[in-house]
Amino acid sequence: MPKIDLHQHPPYFYADYKSSHSRGPNQDPIDFSCLTALNPSEVVAEFAGGLRNRFAVGDLDHDLIRNAQQGGIPLGERMVISGQVLNQWGKPESGVLIEVWQANASGRYAHKDDGHDVPLDPNFIGVGRCITDKEGRYRFYTIKPGAYPWKNHPNAWRPQHIHFSLISESIADRLVTQMYFPGDPLLDYDPIFDAVPDSAKEHLISTFDLSVTEADFALGYHFDIVLAGANATPVDPEHG
Amino acid sequence: MEPDLPLTPSQTAGPFFSMGLNQSENEGRLASPLGNEITGEGEAISIAGRVIDGNGDPVPDALIEIRQADASGNFRNPDFFGLARSHTGENLEAKFSFRTIKPGAATELEAPYISVAVYMRGLLTHVYTRLYFSDESSANEKDALLNQVPETRQHTLIAQHDESQGIYEFDIHMQGKNETVFFQL
Ligand SMILES: [Fe+2]
Repeated sequence: MPKIDLHQHPPYFYADYKSSHSRGPNQDPIDFSCLTALNPSEVVAEFAGGLRNRFAVGDLDHDLIRNAQQGGIPLGERMVISGQVLNQWGKPESGVLIEVWQANASGRYAHKDDGHDVPLDPNFIGVGRCITDKEGRYRFYTIKPGAYPWKNHPNAWRPQHIHFSLISESIADRLVTQMYFPGDPLLDYDPIFDAVPDSAKEHLISTFDLSVTEADFALGYHFDIVLAGANATPVDPEHG
Repeated sequence: MEPDLPLTPSQTAGPFFSMGLNQSENEGRLASPLGNEITGEGEAISIAGRVIDGNGDPVPDALIEIRQADASGNFRNPDFFGLARSHTGENLEAKFSFRTIKPGAATELEAPYISVAVYMRGLLTHVYTRLYFSDESSANEKDALLNQVPETRQHTLIAQHDESQGIYEFDIHMQGKNETVFFQL
């Protein structure tokens, strides 16, 4: 079984991210390999497969421009995001459930607890999902989310972002992350983004892609996602 | 064999995940395919609990996912789907809750358990823990993973059966003297 390399993820405690102080665990996690050495992966809940291709999504679930219209069209800059989901050995991950949620063009979530004083959009909820195809590819249509203020420090603003959640083969592969946009000046001031190891930051920023852009309709962005999936061949326990 | 590609890093789920990830939200529009019930043959049980932060306060915006075997300890039963989600923003008590069936033990070296993943604002990378059952003490004593946990911390993994309400109570402490044991997979 592959071991998840926590060094590629942000830490539980990050000084500049205030809410991590009371919510990130203080004690080191206990190593799981004692158990995975005893049991084959299919009898350990964390590594048990069977989640792939188990979800159904609606026809418009991937199209956030259209999936919440109430007789009008959502405001804002239309965009397409497409990319491929791979595991860390480069194998495409098909049948993955991708769920996204985001703010509207003004920078407000359609959530009861979002009190930012900008308008809701009656034609936009900002929730979507899709299943990756045989090559692990996905595509969402949406509105570019606005930046929004938060209370972490004085004059704090989150860079524009879309939240992503992925369910592939087992819960050991789970990823919840955020996709950012190229050239966003707020990235330099955001402790959530900054908590990511420097060498990994680029993997959270989408790229503008003219080949994904749809003429007269929407700007295209490309965002590939790499999950900690199981290898096709058994991992050497000495080095895995 | 070393992996070729760097992982996409984790980021916090933030405060508003429930609109995208929980069936209870958006008044049923664009409802998530994952709810807080698991159905199958076996003993029906309920699980409820809170997530407590380092100040001792209940967290009102935490997401909990559970994964379990069927009543015979099988993860590969095609007629059983052992994955569910709940969050603590649904009620004033900040409790998550599940209705499921009690899983069977997968092997002779293990007690019955449910794997639990926790996500929330303030948590940049999600954490994994496990829920064991207080009324399985002889099975718990021989469980291979529980036995790797220091004895003084084992209680953080054991849900307490409240027979009067028919509920297993399972609080998750992120920090402090009763900090829940988390596992590195
Ligand atoms: Fe956000």
